[in-house]
Formats: sequence, structure tokens, C-alpha cells
Amino acid sequence: MTTTRVVVTGLGVMAPNGLGAENYWAATRNGKSGIGRITRFDPTGYPARLAGEVGGFAAEEHLPSRLIPQTDRMTRLALVAADWALADAGVRPSELAEFEMGVVTASSSGGFEFGQGELQNLWSKGSQYVSAYQSFAWFYAVNTGQISIRHAMRGPSGVLVSDQAGGLDALAQARRQIRKGSKLIVAGGVDASICPWGWVAQLASRRLSTSDDPDRAYLPFDAAACGHVPGEGGALLIVEDAQAARQRGVPTSYGEIAGYGCTFDPKPGSGRDSGLRQAIQLALHNAGLAPGEINVVFADAAALPALDRIKAAAITAIFGPYGVPVTAPKTMVGRLYSGGAALDLVTALLSIRDGLVPPTTNVSLAPDYGIDLVIEQPRVGVLSTALVVARGYGGFNSAMVVRAAE
Amino acid sequence: MSIREVTVEDLKRILRESGGANENVDLEGEMLDTDFDVLGYDSLVLLETAARITREYGVTLDDEAVTSARTPRRFLEFVNGG
Amino acid sequence: MRRRVVITGIGVIAPGGSGVKDFWNLLVNGETATRKISFFDPAPFRSQVAAQADFDPETHGLGPQEIRRMDRAAQFAVVTAREAVVDSGLELTALDPYRTGVTVGSAVGATMGLDAEYRVVSDGGRLELVNYEYAVPHLYDYFVPSSFAAEVAWSVGAEGPATVVSTGCTSGLDAVGHACDLLREGSVDVMIAGATDAPISPITVACFDAIKATTPRNDDPEHASRPFDRTRNGFVLGEGSAMFVLEELESATRRNAHIYAEIAGFATRCNAFHMTGLRPDGRETAEAIRTAMSEARVSAEDIDYVNAHGSGTRQNDRHETAAFKRSLGAHAYRTPVSSIKSMVGHSLGAIGSIEIAASVLAIENNVVPPTANLHNPDPECDLDYVPLTAREWPTDTVLTVGSGFGGFQSAMVLARAEASVA
Repeated sequence: MTTTRVVVTGLGVMAPNGLGAENYWAATRNGKSGIGRITRFDPTGYPARLAGEVGGFAAEEHLPSRLIPQTDRMTRLALVAADWALADAGVRPSELAEFEMGVVTASSSGGFEFGQGELQNLWSKGSQYVSAYQSFAWFYAVNTGQISIRHAMRGPSGVLVSDQAGGLDALAQARRQIRKGSKLIVAGGVDASICPWGWVAQLASRRLSTSDDPDRAYLPFDAAACGHVPGEGGALLIVEDAQAARQRGVPTSYGEIAGYGCTFDPKPGSGRDSGLRQAIQLALHNAGLAPGEINVVFADAAALPALDRIKAAAITAIFGPYGVPVTAPKTMVGRLYSGGAALDLVTALLSIRDGLVPPTTNVSLAPDYGIDLVIEQPRVGVLSTALVVARGYGGFNSAMVVRAAE
Repeated sequence: MSIREVTVEDLKRILRESGGANENVDLEGEMLDTDFDVLGYDSLVLLETAARITREYGVTLDDEAVTSARTPRRFLEFVNGG
Repeated sequence: MRRRVVITGIGVIAPGGSGVKDFWNLLVNGETATRKISFFDPAPFRSQVAAQADFDPETHGLGPQEIRRMDRAAQFAVVTAREAVVDSGLELTALDPYRTGVTVGSAVGATMGLDAEYRVVSDGGRLELVNYEYAVPHLYDYFVPSSFAAEVAWSVGAEGPATVVSTGCTSGLDAVGHACDLLREGSVDVMIAGATDAPISPITVACFDAIKATTPRNDDPEHASRPFDRTRNGFVLGEGSAMFVLEELESATRRNAHIYAEIAGFATRCNAFHMTGLRPDGRETAEAIRTAMSEARVSAEDIDYVNAHGSGTRQNDRHETAAFKRSLGAHAYRTPVSSIKSMVGHSLGAIGSIEIAASVLAIENNVVPPTANLHNPDPECDLDYVPLTAREWPTDTVLTVGSGFGGFQSAMVLARAEASVA
């Protein structure tokens, strides 16, 4: 197991409150939300009607037209995000060794909207109406496949599914591949399942907020917490061997992936505690950092009291009551499934870069949690480390520590 | 059996729907004898195109036809030739 | 000192027989489990053949709530995971649960569950604004297939890293490779790893019909899967699961575990060519093979048997033969190569793990399974594919290969494991 340092050199973001990393960051710093009433279909008949939609994205402006018929919206967003991340990193893949570049994405539900269309064709018209593209446009591996083809990346690649924790798992896998010899990995997650069939599946989780007020619907750690608002989008990051990046002439990186930990919760009813605390501890240990050295925690933010309590308990157990600033700026975009944790990681890196912690908007902190939640205003100050926490439905706990570039 | 003939314009429309339009290729020009590879349409696009033609015009192309028709002219010959 | 990873437990559900013994018997007898589809009326479809598993969840100890909430593929995974743990003799409850992880490969997730539920909430495709009131409570478990890893983890009591690996038809190899990585880096001591898929559902059959990837040889289902044969015309869709107990060699030796084989090398590459197409030269597959062999510290001459992807499509078998020649040189002509998809069909994400099981059993028994239905040699596929009859063959080292939509090419080297020297 080498101690190769692994850094992030490029960011590609698709967020409900901004296309591109800088637009997203500007909106987030200013508390600007991208949550609103669903426009992609008529949500009137459903108990939840709000989502974080990525607006203003016209795929035809960014991708060759031949890719349009064969891609779900999620893949179009991912391809463009990958393009932007590579441009941000100043990478021209054709100039790098093909087998030393790979792609690792997280997925949650694949190209669900594309799938809905084909299921509808099948069941309402007949099997001969199913598109040839159904053989790959919907499945979980599609974003990795399409990105690898677009940039001729032939090295080790992968796809991981662990619900909302997946984004961190993909970045951890990227770090693992680089420590095994790859030089550059495009890693992260992008999801887009705001279609009626996807909506009904998400409603089945019983975790969605049914509020119609975008400013009152998603309130983690608030006494009025009543579920989350889903969103679409996510982030792709360029992860590199630090030395290879330097040799490429990259003057500085966004930061280092310093530590990672991963656990799975015990079966409900077993009497054992959630493994969230252990995941965080593993991440700190892996980074070689004591709790006191973490400057900010980006929380998972389920916004259901029972789940918020577990989160807060894990944080206070490790960092002490009010021991570290905690924030969940995802109140401005919603929970983005496989894109959520990847976007959180981008936010953590930009917070470190600019010395600013964005707030958990709209929230009034309920007293019993004992956490120092950053609300109302961003908090300014030098940051050199951040912890990002993500939890997936069923009990997936992932934690990642990032550190400022040298 | 097709009820009406599939014209060049029909084929162009269906190709565009199935596989987009290659920015470097002028579909409006003389393309009847241009290889599909040059036009930017791979085997998947042709399969999709053949399927759409079946749905819209009732003609079923056999597997050999789809793979052996390398140009729009040959493709139309298969489709309209019956 | 690099940690070495071994397989100490196996569980299999495959068409033609449940459990490792039935599975191996089918392979050794060269029997095929490919039949006319019976799960639904296949008449509207171009390909009407599939390899279905005979599986009764109750017989396998699943309770009514488990059966209700779990998609068939999840049920397979839980049953094979339990079988593997029992087979390994490991007392998991005596171990630190955080040091036991789970990796489950699956290409298409809860496809049967989703297809069936969609029909209901959409009222047969009639409603675009599907009706949430008809959704089953566990629909979210179908929506995001990480539920497969969750079910296995709950079932065995694992609380370490858990994930689903979903790299299309190489998921079965990649999930086990991923588990090896976690063991080697020291994050875990035990991994329950493998794969599952249950794709025999109208939507899947229809989508493969659309690209003519599956065989339309409906008049002869038992001989429809013909890898490497000149008359091959597509793969037969299958289903199933194989799960393994993976642990570190030293600790397996210390507890006197039965060690099936060592996972000596693993590598994955992408062809970055096309989402479904393959170039005939097999270049990236060869690169994956070479890298896996290099990690295993074996040369071509050390390979006793090649367990091929051998899906039975015209393009794959040609591509793969070229890859073997590129990577194994002259030895490609000397080593037996076979495809068990000729017998159990292609279960997409699961087959990679099922083929690992076959490879490991080949080492265990010194017998290589045949390629069934191979009667007509193809000049483009001119290697020794062990036609029709299994062969007694000293088998210490096996190379198994997989290929998947999206351009994934994976290879793994399995080797007979000598006990670790203390």
C-alpha cells in the first residue's frame, strides 16, 4: 500500500443553483437556492412537489447531436461535467497514456427517465418499440462507459452503487486506483431521476418532504425537519497522482484526498449502534488527523429527526459538543443521490480554497443536537481540512477527509 | 409489405432521430452513395433506424440487410424493394 | 509483504442446479440448461430462449417478508452468500463486524421487480404520470440496487465496507477484484463478494432483441448457445448468482480452512471504443490479461485453462480469440479454452462470478468444463475450445476473462494455493 499523495485538480459541476463550479459556488456562497416546484412533469397529483432541478442546460449546445438519442439526461449532464472538469484541470487526454487514465462513477438508479420511456414503449405499444439504446442507456455503468469512450480513457474504471454514499466511495476508489498505478481518474457521480416513475420510487422511501414552500421544505437539524427534497446533478472531479500532476505542470491543486472510512449499519433491531461514528473515526485515522485538526464538517443532512439525531450524536461523540463547525449547504440544491456526496466534496474543497463555509440555509438549529451548525451567514476564516460525511439508504456510511493543497 | 415508399427525405429524418446529425457532414448534399461510417452512423443507429422504419412503414428488414447495406441508396433499395 | 487473497467458501445458484455440486455436475456432464422462456409468454420476442434457474426461495430458508421485499436477484445473492459462509466454516459472529465487508456485483439490478412494478403503477404503460398509490413499500430498494449489498450484509452480519459494483457484464469479476483490493489494503479481514442478476424479464429480452445480440434460435433452445461455433448467432440470456468468502491466506491457513484457490491477479481496462461494439483485435482485453498475469507473476505457459467470456455473439468470440493470441502467444493454441455460457447462458453481471466458481472448481477437480454445442469449427476461432466433453486436465492456474457493454474488459488469474509458510 503506497503513500502516494492523491490530489484533485479539476472540478465539473452540474447543480440546481448553478452550472459549472464557479457559478455553483457563487450561488452557494450567497445562499441562493435552486429548489422549486417540479417543472419536468406535472407534480400536482403527488404528495411531494419540490425538487432541485438543473435549469438552463441544453445538451445540444455542449454535445455532438449523435449522442443525444442514445443518452439519458443524467449521462448528458455527466459528459458535460466531465468535459468541464478536464478543462479545469488543463488536461488533454490525448496527451496522456491511455491505460493510465480511468473513470470511476457512482450511480444510484441509472438512466431512469430513459428507462421509463422504454418501459412505456414496451407495455403500451409492444416489444418492437423498445429502442436499441435501451441496451445501455439506462444501466448503472453508462456514465463511466460514455466518459471513457469520449476521452479514450482505457485504464481501470469502475461503477459503485451505495445510494447517497456512492459519491465518496467513487472518489475513494479513484484514490485506490491511483495508488495502484493509474495517473488520472475522472471520479464522482451525477444523477437525474426527476421523472414520474423515478418520483414514485423516491416517494416509496418515505423520506421526502411534502412541503410546498421551497424555503421550508428541507430543514436538517431544525425542529421542523420533515424530510428532504431530491435534486438532480452532481459533480465529477479530476483526481491525480500528485507527482504526475506536478510533472504535467499543474501549479496547484484544489486539495488532497487525505482520508476515507466506510462502514455499513447493523441490521435494524440488532441492538448495535450505527456505524457512522466508526466510519468517521476510520477516515480521521486514515488521514492521520486528530478530531481537533478538522476545521469543518459537511453533514449528510437527511432532515428527519431520527436520522439527524444519529448524525449529531456521531459528530458530538468525536468532536465534542459544538466542537467543530458543521454545515449542509445542500439545503440549496436538495439531495442528489450519487451526485450528492461528490458535490459536497467540491464544496469542501472550495471552502478550503476561499476560506469560507457556506451556510445551511433556511434552518433554525434545534437545541438538543449540540452541534455548531453554520446558519444564516457564511462563516469566514482560514480552513485547511474538511470532513465530508454521506449516508446511503439502508445503512451505508462513508466519510472522507480533504486537506488544503501544499 | 410497405404501403408507401420510404423516400430519401424520410430516411434522412429517421437517421437524424436515431443518431443525430454529424456536424461535419452535409446531409442536404449528395449523400445517397456515401458510406454510413462517413456519415457518422454506426451499426446501432442503423438497427434503430431499421426498427423505426418497421414501426412507421410496416416493412421488416432482415438481419443481413441491415448489416450489408453500407449506403443510404442500398438501404432504401432493401426497404422499398421488399 | 503483499497480503494474499484466497477463496474459502462458495455458494452458487445457476440454471440447471442449485448449489455448488449440482452446478459442477452440469458443467462436467456438458449438459445445457438453456430452454424456452417460461417466466412469461415469449411469443412476441425475437429471442425466446433463456437459461432459467429453478429456484424456490422458501426451500432456501427465506422468510415471507424477505421474499416479498427482495427482488429475485437479491434473493439469489442472500442465499449464495449464506451458502458460501457455511461452506467456509467461518464463524462470522466471532469476528469484528467492522472488518467484514460485502461487495455484490450486478449489471441490471432489480430489473424484474422494476419491470413488474412499472406495469402496475403505469397501468400497463397507459399512464405517464404513474400512480404512486400502487407502489409497493420497498420500491426504493428496487430503484437503487445497493439494497443487494444491504441484504447480504444484514444476512451475514457484516458492518464493514459494503457496496454494489455495477460495471455491466464484468460486474461479476470486478466485484471480486474490488473485494481483493480492500483485503490487500488492510481495510478488512474477510469479504463476502460475488455477483447476482435476474434479468429474464420482458424489458431485458426486448432490449437485446433490438440490437440482435441474443440468439433467435428458438426451434432448438437446448443447443442455442454456441460460443466459438461457426453457426453461433447470439447469446442466451441467463440468471443466477455466485458469492464467495474471501480472506487473507495466512489467517485462512491458521484456522485450517479449506482453501479453494488464490486470487493471484486481477486487472480491468476499457476499450473506449463503443458502448456495445468490439474491435476485432482484442487489444484492451489482451492488456487486461497481461496485467492480471503480471500481478499473478505467471507467464503464458503457466496458464492451464482459460475460462472465456465466450458469449456466443459473432463479434465477441472473434474479438476474444484475438485477445488470447495477443496475450498468450503460441501458448493460446496449447491451452484448453472453454465457455460455460454454452451451458448456463449469459447472466450479465452475475456470470463473471459464476465463471470464477467454475474456474475454482476446475482447479479443485483437475477437470476443465467443455464448450457445449461446438460442432462446426470457425476458421476465425481456431483454438482448442474443449468441444462437448469435459476433460481431465491438471489445472493449477486458470485465467478467466469478461467483457461488458460500456467497453469493460476484465481478467483474473486464479491459482491453486499452497498453504502459507509460517
